[in-house]
Amino acid sequence: MRAKDAVGRHGEDVAVAHLRAAGWQVLDRNWRCARGELDVVALDGSELVAVEVKTRRSARFGSPAEAVTAIKLARLRQLTALWLAAHEVHPCSVRVDVLAITLPARGAAVVEHLVGVV
Amino acid sequence: MVLGRTRAVSLLGLSGHVVEVEAHLAPSLPAFTLVGLPDTALNEARDRVRAAVTSTGLAWPNRRITVNLSPAALPKSGSGFDLAIAVATLAGAELIDPVAAASCVHVGELGLDGRLRPVRGVLPAVAAAVRAGHCRVVVPSGNLAEARLVPGAEVVGVDSLAQVAARYGADVDVPEVEPVRDVLPAREVPGVGPDLADVIGQDEARHCLEIAAAGGHHLLMVGPPGAGKTMLASRLPGLLPDLDEAEAVEVTAVHSLAGSFDPSGGLVRRPPYENPHHTATPASVVGGGSGVPRPGAASRAHCGVLFLDEAPEFTTAVLQTLRQPLEHGEVVLHRAGGTARYPARFQLVLAANPCPCGRSVGKGLDCTCRGEQRRRYFGRLSGPLLDRLDLQVVVEPARASDKPGEASAQVAGRVRDARAAAALRLTGTGWRTNAQVSGSWLRDRLGPGRALMVDLDRALDRGTLSLRGVDRVLRVAWTVADLAGRAAPTRADVGAALHMRTRGQGA
Repeated sequence: MRAKDAVGRHGEDVAVAHLRAAGWQVLDRNWRCARGELDVVALDGSELVAVEVKTRRSARFGSPAEAVTAIKLARLRQLTALWLAAHEVHPCSVRVDVLAITLPARGAAVVEHLVGVV
Repeated sequence: MVLGRTRAVSLLGLSGHVVEVEAHLAPSLPAFTLVGLPDTALNEARDRVRAAVTSTGLAWPNRRITVNLSPAALPKSGSGFDLAIAVATLAGAELIDPVAAASCVHVGELGLDGRLRPVRGVLPAVAAAVRAGHCRVVVPSGNLAEARLVPGAEVVGVDSLAQVAARYGADVDVPEVEPVRDVLPAREVPGVGPDLADVIGQDEARHCLEIAAAGGHHLLMVGPPGAGKTMLASRLPGLLPDLDEAEAVEVTAVHSLAGSFDPSGGLVRRPPYENPHHTATPASVVGGGSGVPRPGAASRAHCGVLFLDEAPEFTTAVLQTLRQPLEHGEVVLHRAGGTARYPARFQLVLAANPCPCGRSVGKGLDCTCRGEQRRRYFGRLSGPLLDRLDLQVVVEPARASDKPGEASAQVAGRVRDARAAAALRLTGTGWRTNAQVSGSWLRDRLGPGRALMVDLDRALDRGTLSLRGVDRVLRVAWTVADLAGRAAPTRADVGAALHMRTRGQGA
């Protein structure tokens, strides 16, 4: 596994821990289909949330949240719809969140939770 | 959800509107949008502001930032909003004190290094802010001298965004930076100007120039090349009195917007002088440009002299566009970006050769032009335009025996006295010079004494003078009387005025 993939994997673990601590029910992780991958799918109460986790080790090349582009957001919407079609889950509403995680060389990870970005 | 607020000024022509700049920072994907009808230069403010904030050493807030310029329906242009956008954003991010930031109006362009660059039109912008009740204005230090000219404004000049942020309590180092100065070439202030004593001979033309200065009349000089028409015209501003306070502010505002103003000398106090080349386009003379039009030569000559040398060589379109400002004293320019009004109450001076070869003076024996050529040459000055010129004088070639005449100061003294006499007579009418007075008012003042009008009536009957021409001759006659210190024009004054109106062909 390459270093950047390890960082991403670790970031997703941090994200899931963060969501569980917030009382969310994580339904799925790294769900893949032909169109792409959803990092985390979780239930925030009765609302279904597709979470895009973006991890970086520093802000040298900009904040991790900045790397989520309009194209990526459009794909996230499509993937969320595909996930819903493939699963027997009927939430009352659906949204997409971004978890921007910065992993400094020392100290705890910094998690920035951006709610309802689409 | 956090809001940052401050104010800026949007200029449309010379009229400024105070614009509220609001920045809304939402916890979402980082983005920076600018709404409220910005033009291209203003839309680029986003990139400048972001770079400037980062260079200043402040953390750029990674939120979805929406900056609104309200009233949103008013089109806004230019780079003068950069500072206000930066301040509103920083206030929204609570990096600076939002209350202090909201209390000032901010004008200025940001460089990528965080330094503030001077912008055009600071004088009318600050004046508009003060008129709207916002006296505290922050401007780039390069514009400080100009902004201070506005009475009642509490102006703060700043070198960099860091300095502004520190004023509002940001935790930031204020580096010593070299303030950015205006790169526009400083305008030569026509303070002393050329002296009338340099002109040899030309007694009649000098006298006409004096009358033009005293009454604010438009002037046409016809003469062969080298007779001294250009010399005479360039000495007219030196004969005019200083601008009063209101005029000075108006003239300075136009020149501030046109970028032809050096603020180190204070307000423009002397009448400006503009002499566009005869290849000038209508847009350069009355104003123009894409988006919101900018003032042209006619507006830069406001309260001064607009001199068109070789007038028949100007294109017809240019000469015709001058009719609106000659009639109304202002130029109204309509463009997609909005309508701009610029004041343009200038004194028009035209110089022309009598014919294409220029030698058709006196009996015209040396002239090599055909009659049809001569007619066509002068025909370019249309009748309606010529009709508006109160004084039309023939400038004869100078002779070796001619002596230098009076100096400008002496003539200016007489002009001042004559203008004072006219102003006293016109108290309460709203007019200030004889050239502005309406014809009916003039005729009423003459009373029943029709004796004065005999020569004019004859000229009217013979067709050498139009009805409007009669009024114009009367105006000049009043000026001649004012210069001579008489209470009312005599028949001789009217005769002299008629002679000057018709180039000696009218009586």
